Amino acid sequence: MPLSKDDVQKIAFLARIRVPEERLDAIAGELNGIIGWVEQLAEVETGDVEPMTSVVAMPAPLRDDVVTDGAIADKVTANAPDPIGPFYAVPKVVE
Amino acid sequence: MSDLRDLSIADAAEALGKGETSSVELTNACIAAIEANRVLNAFITETPDLARARAKESDARRAKGDAKGPMDGVPIAMKDLFCTEGVRTTAGSHILENFVPTYESTVSANLRDHGAVMLGKANMDELAMGSSNITSYYGPVKSPWTRLGANVDLVPGGSSGGSAAAVSGRLAIAATGTDTGGSIRQPASFTGIVGMKPTYGRCSRWGTVAFASSLDQAGPLTRTVEDAAIMLQAMAGHDPKDSTSLPFDLPDFRAACVPNVKGMKIGIPKEYTLDGMPAAIKTLWEQGVEWLHDMGAETRDVTLPHTKYALPTYYIVAPAEASSNLARYDGVRYGLRVEGDSLDEMYELTRAAGFGAEVQRRVLIGAYVLSAGYYDAYYVKAQKVRSLIFKDFSDAFEDVDVLLTPTAPSAAFALGEKMDDPIAMYLNDVFTVPASLAGLPAISVPAGLDGDGLPLGLQLIAGVCQEQKLFRAASALEAAASFSAKPGGV
Amino acid sequence: MAYLIQGETGDWEVVIGLEVHAQAVTNAKLFSGASTSFGGEPNSQVSLVDAAMPGMLPVLNRKCIEQAVRTGLGLRAKINRRSIFERKNYFYADLPQGYQISQYLHPIVGEGTVTLDMDDGSTRDVGIERLHLEQDAGKSMHDQDPTRSMIDLNRAGVALMEIVSKPDLRSPDEAGAYLRKVRSILRYLGTCDGNMEQGSMRADVNVSVRKKGESGLRTRVEVKNVNSVRFVMQAIEIEAERQVEVWEQGGEVRQETRLYDPNLGETRPMRSKEFAHDYRYFPDPDLLPLDLDEDFIAGIEASLPELPDTKKKRLIEDLGLSAYDAGVIVADRETADYFETAAAGRDAKQVANWLTSNLFGALNKRAVGIPESPVTAENLGALVGLIEDGTISGKLAKDVFEVMLETGKAPAVIVDEKGLQQITDTGAIEAIVDKVIADNPGQADDVRGGNEKAIGWFVGQVMKASQGKANPGQVNALLKQKLLG
Ligand SMILES: [Mg+2]
Ligand SMILES: [Zn+2]
Repeated sequence: MPLSKDDVQKIAFLARIRVPEERLDAIAGELNGIIGWVEQLAEVETGDVEPMTSVVAMPAPLRDDVVTDGAIADKVTANAPDPIGPFYAVPKVVE
Repeated sequence: MSDLRDLSIADAAEALGKGETSSVELTNACIAAIEANRVLNAFITETPDLARARAKESDARRAKGDAKGPMDGVPIAMKDLFCTEGVRTTAGSHILENFVPTYESTVSANLRDHGAVMLGKANMDELAMGSSNITSYYGPVKSPWTRLGANVDLVPGGSSGGSAAAVSGRLAIAATGTDTGGSIRQPASFTGIVGMKPTYGRCSRWGTVAFASSLDQAGPLTRTVEDAAIMLQAMAGHDPKDSTSLPFDLPDFRAACVPNVKGMKIGIPKEYTLDGMPAAIKTLWEQGVEWLHDMGAETRDVTLPHTKYALPTYYIVAPAEASSNLARYDGVRYGLRVEGDSLDEMYELTRAAGFGAEVQRRVLIGAYVLSAGYYDAYYVKAQKVRSLIFKDFSDAFEDVDVLLTPTAPSAAFALGEKMDDPIAMYLNDVFTVPASLAGLPAISVPAGLDGDGLPLGLQLIAGVCQEQKLFRAASALEAAASFSAKPGGV
Repeated sequence: MAYLIQGETGDWEVVIGLEVHAQAVTNAKLFSGASTSFGGEPNSQVSLVDAAMPGMLPVLNRKCIEQAVRTGLGLRAKINRRSIFERKNYFYADLPQGYQISQYLHPIVGEGTVTLDMDDGSTRDVGIERLHLEQDAGKSMHDQDPTRSMIDLNRAGVALMEIVSKPDLRSPDEAGAYLRKVRSILRYLGTCDGNMEQGSMRADVNVSVRKKGESGLRTRVEVKNVNSVRFVMQAIEIEAERQVEVWEQGGEVRQETRLYDPNLGETRPMRSKEFAHDYRYFPDPDLLPLDLDEDFIAGIEASLPELPDTKKKRLIEDLGLSAYDAGVIVADRETADYFETAAAGRDAKQVANWLTSNLFGALNKRAVGIPESPVTAENLGALVGLIEDGTISGKLAKDVFEVMLETGKAPAVIVDEKGLQQITDTGAIEAIVDKVIADNPGQADDVRGGNEKAIGWFVGQVMKASQGKANPGQVNALLKQKLLG
């Protein structure tokens, strides 16, 4: 089922990418082309196949509970656009 | 001695060891070549001062007898996807234009610790999304190759296009790349060099800008198979900072580079024959089979029945992961910010300005296939098909040691071709994507030229952690092909 | 008594489910090596991973897994041998990755049960739906700058255990009892400090209402991040009443996320949640499935402490405590530990009595808790011991207890210093008895004349003359002997 302009608008907001009104149709067309093409997977019989979780079957490695990091406020904020002191800053949010 | 820039890693290491040259000399030769070939646009950021300083350190180490092995003093290009401490890392994107990491990726740190000299940050498709290097915010990379008698700019392939152009154009002795669906192997094929993607998990992903986490793997772009082995040895290894890093000791890759396939079983997957595939590629592939056969390998047809679904599977899985991986580029903590009146507006404007068209397209596709109501039909379905693709390979490797296929369905194309049809562009990766989905090691070896005088590669694929078999077969293929063509002007 | 809201159209029942976010007690974060301690300088407990710098990857902290399993066992819940971390994708200023790593389809802990102890001594079982592990977000401060919000990521990535109840709760009181019980269990286990003021335990409250007797469920509203038991109870009451009003006015309750404002006594929609969310969960490809082996789980099970329900049962059955006292004592681990130390080798019922009727009152007056009690568990036990062996009378013990509260001294020391030992020397008591009889001939005659009840007056006089130290039994016997022959 092809994506409408509205769908594209919704997805674009989910992805937080501003798409100008006049581009919506063109993008809907492109996305529909790709979606239509990947939909050929529907013809593959995948009855009781497990979805792939990882390439190499090994359990998640676990690390010890020790503090080995942090105390690098200067490093984590080094590239921050327009910070306030040691804080990151964003346009005001009203709850 | 021949031109310094033409040395392989192995030869350079030998020359350095004998005192026939110095790292500073090698490095200066490369820096001069980079400066003389800026028209290729192979680098986003050149780091000549850093390179000279590291070269000097390398020479000093060597003088004291402390040289760290074959990579020590070798000048290389670093794909701009690897975060490098104090050196701007853009991933080819506007959104990271001014990003200077305060940390060093594991792969680049490993190479640095082995003494490699970083010449600069190689150009690439934006956030590694592309097969021709035309999506870079910093402009396309021009291949050093040209068609016989034609004056058209060609693409070097992508996404590691800057790395490939640098190595084939002799601007660097070797380069790092990353491969998500073919981004090392396809540009290697386009530019007549060796490109190798190891088993998923061999190279740590820590500090490498993520595209699709379950597929991304770093690997070397070099001019010989042995160089690929030497460089991989330095790049790879277990890293506790990456949960998907393989917790195994590395075998001796270089020792596996013996051009002897006697008794090896080589599989030829029949599904890799495409309608409309250029005759030169089909012929070269058949030639490859014959070479290996003549060298004592047993060659046999195998079937990988789900091959045709690999590309659509990839174009669900990779964008899905990317849409999530790229959410962190939001203008809050680093990178580009376009101010807005609200938080959401800031996000939307920042990401609209920061991401190019191809990245936006994939992020939207990814968000869509994960969204409510579509997740099972697209994402889960794709991961199931991915399991089947993995099983196809496992079944095949019950009977054979390695698979031989073409690397790409065409030679390098011209800048400007295939640009407005995304799916036509995606087809570039048709032969490389299956091994990526299955996490298998694969290598592209330059094997011949097409009628236009452009290089073509053949791909070898091995089972999980079977890099040694891969290097062995690749060495044989390399010896048989004895590819010696160079781009014009080199 | 069922909690019902009387509406215009009849009685309404409230259906409540709670999602408790409990911060796991660990040194380091769920996926990074940064510290979890409270109150650090802004962004000082942030690693490159927590700040979601490009190329950063999560690695699981073993302790977080242990704490989740431990909590699951404490909730009598199923531990899932395989669980999967997924990404919950949404944008927010204090969510650096643009997704929260959480568990969705395959949580580490499945269904369990919590038993509530109601005020009337009855109990009631509440179902646990699941417990999953997830990352906390950072902190946004909206009121420090006129145009901008400030972000501190110190909390970002701290391990939370989200404990989701079934919609089994039917009143604010039950919700309060549930929260207190869960907090108690977490504290017994040592898996969460339960400190709601510091935010190490928070609750999302799902509330819906339905007509009494109705069987299906109506639309629920999620009231987010309520940070005290009292506020949870208030929020439920207020939100339920709001919903009844909406329904009764012919409206439709919207499925939405609301915020409880204790100052205004109202709930209101959260602006950041206004848009329909689509979290696009999918397994985090940076992490592998978490597999727990039997030994790992068994090891944790073997190390579990006695939990409140079991302890309560033992106090009632083995030590003879009343259900009420036992309930009060086991409600929190510190009180229970205090009691067990004090009661070791003593009359447990008497210790329970001193604890619940004397010590609690005194501590309440001083507004301190058991850990700050000036009377240690050992000393309270010793006090009961002194009564048991007849060193002091129960009455004197009260005076000694007052001094213990003031000085923190051991009761034996106080008895010694003040010379409060009971007089049991018959000769010494006899001397006092004789003196009192001699001093009060009239009353003595009265007794001898047959008014045996008046003997009580003599007992009082003798006790007074001995400053309460004479053994009352002996005094009684002597008086009877001397006055009644
Ligand atoms: Mg919740
Ligand atoms: Zn939660």
